[in-house]
Amino acid sequence: MTVTTDPVALNQWVPCAWDGQIPVGGSLDTMIFGQPIHVQRTGEDSYRVAAVDGTTERELPVQVRYTCVFTTLGDTPRPLPEIAEFDEADRRITGCGNVGVNTSPYRLVENFLDMAHFAFIHTDVLGALDQTEVLAYRTEHRKEVDEIWAIDCTFYQPAASKAATGGQLTRYVYRVMSPFSVMLYKNVVTDPSRNDAICVFIQPKRETECLAYMPMAIVDEVSTVGDLIDFQQSIFLQDRVILENQRPALLPLDPTSELPTRADASSIAYRRWLKAMDIRFGILEKQAA
Amino acid sequence: MAIRLYDYSLSGSCYKVRLMLGFLGLEYERVQMNFYPGRQHRSPEFREINPLGQIPVLEEDGLRLRDAQAILCHLANSHDASGEWLPRDAERFGPVMMWLMFAGGELMAASAARLHDALGYELDIEEARRKARAAFRVLDDHLTAREIAGARWIVGDTPTIADVACFPYVALAGDGGLGHEEYPALRNWMRDFRRLPRFRAMSGIPEFI
Ligand SMILES: N[C@@H](CCC(=O)N[C@@H](CS)C(=O)NCC(=O)O)C(=O)O
Ligand SMILES: [Fe+2]
Repeated sequence: MTVTTDPVALNQWVPCAWDGQIPVGGSLDTMIFGQPIHVQRTGEDSYRVAAVDGTTERELPVQVRYTCVFTTLGDTPRPLPEIAEFDEADRRITGCGNVGVNTSPYRLVENFLDMAHFAFIHTDVLGALDQTEVLAYRTEHRKEVDEIWAIDCTFYQPAASKAATGGQLTRYVYRVMSPFSVMLYKNVVTDPSRNDAICVFIQPKRETECLAYMPMAIVDEVSTVGDLIDFQQSIFLQDRVILENQRPALLPLDPTSELPTRADASSIAYRRWLKAMDIRFGILEKQAA
Repeated sequence: MAIRLYDYSLSGSCYKVRLMLGFLGLEYERVQMNFYPGRQHRSPEFREINPLGQIPVLEEDGLRLRDAQAILCHLANSHDASGEWLPRDAERFGPVMMWLMFAGGELMAASAARLHDALGYELDIEEARRKARAAFRVLDDHLTAREIAGARWIVGDTPTIADVACFPYVALAGDGGLGHEEYPALRNWMRDFRRLPRFRAMSGIPEFI
């Protein structure tokens, strides 16, 4: 494919490497929205990113946050979200590298928002086959930050996190921060007053070719970083099977094309929001009758 | 008599060993490896444990073993009173060894395809997929012949460590962009394997095989 011309997609910050992926002095060739880019690590904390077209290079903005290196092709990008948990001193902050997934970025966001699959896909971990019901929750379009939130979500989980020693009714809040990023807050097993923060930032390489980055800010004094990563990756590789088998891979925004159920309320809100911003990249165009 | 496994949940090679430990009902201590993104298997500390820089590694009673296939042999040799997982008769021993080597050899092309697609390893993906398909073809043909002979397992009338060693990377093919459509005998065999008592799936193995 060629580089997208969709101004909405172009004006997003997206990850292009995880911090530490490239050794100091090294570089990486990758792609965002069909645009080949070159990511160089120029120092311990400094990176240079350039769009590459043949022999010419155009330098792109770069920022390192939430364990990732972000860049954008746009001139007026939507700012990266503020996620306060990543600044709390006792948090275990870790990324999980990145994982390749061949589908559109929106399918990844929707899977992340969907509680109905917990019991079936993450059986005995994030859900149990005898407690599959998704209880009603609320979705909001928070206009001041232009984000989609789903609140008051609850789901019974046999092993909600690495720290879990038994089942609990987990309280969730979901937050769609941009078309290509989403996160959740879930109450910490050992301290119900606090929430673990788990994000998915997506690097769309092409319309149906993504890299998923999962930075987390976890409250857990016991587990090693390796334990936390193993837990999260095990869950994500279960989702990946489902994601890569979804058809069509592109997201249909035509409301008649996929039938919503109550569990999909957050996904409906997400699709409406995408439609309102008139995003085109990775969207299935309705075929003329 | 404690068993310790250097393990990573997403490793298909470690999964071979976890399956076998499960089938034999053995308790073990798990040492969590940060394989990706941590590359802990390449650290100097881990090179002391396995100079090849690979997992799995299993320790038991002062013995330290690398290579999933060798570990399966050890577990069956030491912990399977029935002798069925590693038959010693001339008719079955050689064939079990042969398919065990195949699991650690030709079939590992499917592992390479998976590492490329899921974890971004840089390698020739077309070549990896081509080799994986060729290996699947060989095992599918063998299992077709076995079906015709009225048998279900790779060797003999009961599952052996050859089945355990071959299952993970056949079942995980989808993770590397490889389908099972062209291998009907592999699909039948996988369905039988999944029904074994104490079988446990791992992430990446679809429910629908
Ligand atoms: N021959 C070994 C190979 C195992 C293997 O490839 N392990 C992978 C993880 S699934 C690994 O450690 N790869 C690191 C490397 O080869 O550098 C076995 O069968 O156990
Ligand atoms: Fe999931």
